[in-house]
Amino acid sequence: MSFPRFLLTVALAVSCTAALADNFGDPVAGERVFRKCKSCHQLGEGAKHRIGPHLNGIFGRRVGSHEDFRYSRALVRAGTGGLEWHADTLDTFLEKPRAIASGTRMSFAGLKKTEDRLNLIAYLRIFSDDPANIPEADPTATATDHNLDPAILALQGDPEYGEYLSSECTTCHQADGGDDGIPSIVFWPEEDFVLAMYAYKNKKRAHPVMQMMAGRLNAEEIAALAAYFTALEQ
Amino acid sequence: MTLNRRQFIGTTATMAAVLSAPMVRAQGKPRVVVVGGGAGGATAARYIAKGSKGAIDVTLIEPTRKYYTCFFSNLYLGGFKEIEDIGHTYGGLAAGGVNVVHDWAVGVDRDAKTVALAGGGSLPYDKLILSPGIDFVEGAVEGWGLSAQNAMPHAYKAGSQSELLKAQLVAMPAGGTFAMVAPPNPYRCPPGPYERVSMVAHFLKQNNPTAKIIVADPKPKFSKMALFQEGWANHYEGMIDWIGDDFGGGTVSVDPNEMTISIDGEVTKVDVCNVIPAMKAGRIAEIAGVTDGNWAPVNAADMSTKADADVYVLGDASSQGDMPKSGFSANSQAKVCANAVRGALTGSKVFPAKFSNTCWSLIAPDDGVKVGATYEATPEKIAKVDGFISQTGESSDLRKATYEESEGWYTGITTDMLG
Ligand SMILES: Cc1cc2nc3c(=O)[nH]c(=O)nc-3n(C[C@H](O)[C@H](O)[C@H](O)COP(=O)(O)OP(=O)(O)OC[C@H]3O[C@@H](n4cnc5c(N)ncnc54)[C@H](O)[C@@H]3O)c2cc1C
Repeated sequence: MSFPRFLLTVALAVSCTAALADNFGDPVAGERVFRKCKSCHQLGEGAKHRIGPHLNGIFGRRVGSHEDFRYSRALVRAGTGGLEWHADTLDTFLEKPRAIASGTRMSFAGLKKTEDRLNLIAYLRIFSDDPANIPEADPTATATDHNLDPAILALQGDPEYGEYLSSECTTCHQADGGDDGIPSIVFWPEEDFVLAMYAYKNKKRAHPVMQMMAGRLNAEEIAALAAYFTALEQ
Repeated sequence: MTLNRRQFIGTTATMAAVLSAPMVRAQGKPRVVVVGGGAGGATAARYIAKGSKGAIDVTLIEPTRKYYTCFFSNLYLGGFKEIEDIGHTYGGLAAGGVNVVHDWAVGVDRDAKTVALAGGGSLPYDKLILSPGIDFVEGAVEGWGLSAQNAMPHAYKAGSQSELLKAQLVAMPAGGTFAMVAPPNPYRCPPGPYERVSMVAHFLKQNNPTAKIIVADPKPKFSKMALFQEGWANHYEGMIDWIGDDFGGGTVSVDPNEMTISIDGEVTKVDVCNVIPAMKAGRIAEIAGVTDGNWAPVNAADMSTKADADVYVLGDASSQGDMPKSGFSANSQAKVCANAVRGALTGSKVFPAKFSNTCWSLIAPDDGVKVGATYEATPEKIAKVDGFISQTGESSDLRKATYEESEGWYTGITTDMLG
């Protein structure tokens, strides 16, 4: 995707629903992609939790909701906030796990290729009874190319503006990194920060306050915040 | 303005502080005086000092040595906090470069640009920021006045009043009656009285389960009403009798000597009577001549008053448009103001005003709800952009997470205010 600058904001608003509609994944190819997941996750008959939880029946399941698996606080929080696994949320997560849950313990860089994600989601869907039996429920393994325009990630923000904007964050997020009840936002890699803000903005991450706060930040402001937070770490 | 004992001790003890306050200033440094070290004033003082890195001389005038937050003072009543959990000193501000003067501001001369102190002397300013919180409208509740605040506490300024109300709650006889007179709009913390009812009910359910609560309310509806009523039915069935305006809740008088309350002509003897009268801006705003009616109208872009471009009013005392009077709002407004004041005095960049607010309320253990919105500055007022509210019937996990979030927010905002 590449847009003239002035179209950036508009493009963002629609990017999560538009691109690549009607493009279904191939479960056979997905099985090959799943090899990358196998060392931590089991799938199929008799699957058990390993380093990661088993992935049977994942469609429609609340994030972080296996009672007998110890998740990171970040995933539990995302689930409590109402996030569920569907094709679109899985797609966002698989591309960059930390865009959905900054503190996830899943140390997996993500699947950069839309096609890989699409195929993997199609494969996972075979092991989710509900959507398999009821075609209308989470019916497609359609991945959406929500890749942020590289121009957005490349935007150079004004750190001074970022400092001013960040004062709105520190009303709740403690500046010293304490994280009781509200997650810490210090020492956050710039790109993860930007991805997370857009995930809230596009309502991929569930939290009403953050959806509202990120919702009104424009591309320039998100870049300014990222620039400020990055400068802090140096 | 009546001083209670805690404040009185504060005032005498502060004379020394006033004398030792730095009266000799570096020549030519611009001077900002902030009156009131609460959610608005402390934040403004801290952000101006922090942002200007010594280029601006910032003095905060605040009579009390310890600021007891109204936020979470209801949780203290419910037994979830100790009083000292909600008390904060000003050491962090002083360390951050703010001159903290423990005294009352008693006069403002806007022509000479000086603020007079109760302890004598005055402070010159280039920019004056007032964030004095609220005072009560005299005669708002028939039979009640400040002289009755010990018999019938308001507990709407936290500290000794909160402790008094708690002591009375604890001393209630078995099966006794707790009455509340709720305030008319606009007032500090729209969900505050109803969170208080919830916390009182929680305490009574544990300690005095046959006791009753009556609320006389001059309003037909209130903030988060559906959420509170759902919670009251779930947790405190049959304990709370809320009498809204439609049923005479607005026709109220009290007799502090007899400990009676009359609601729509019906007189009831009660054991505790929490009177929360109608409110207005803290007196100093009126003394400064920047109020119109009960509140001080301000410009949304920078919180400067309509009356004087060098005098700013923050928080509860201001009349600004759509934001509720809350600690979160005052803190948010203070940052916009600090940015504008720095820009005006030192030429630093001034960014567009952005405001936000979220108010959490606790209904019962692990049953938290919240309401929030974002706002922007328009030429007329601070105008609401977008908002959300908790829903009825939410899962207990979500309610628990919401409560835990409020704990995080409390640590966040008190650090953000006071360093
Ligand atoms: C029961 C209750 C619960 C609440 N819960 C919440 C909540 O959960 N969340 C939330 O955001 N808000 C809450 N609030 C509201 C919040 O406390 C206020 O909106 C907030 O404190 C307003 O800030 P302020 O700066 O305007 O005034 P304040 O915080 O009241 O500060 C005013 C300060 O000015 C000082 N002062 C006054 N006059 C003078 C003078 N002449 N000279 C010098 N100093 C002076 C006072 O001593 C005081 O310290 C609650 C309020 C109550 C009563």
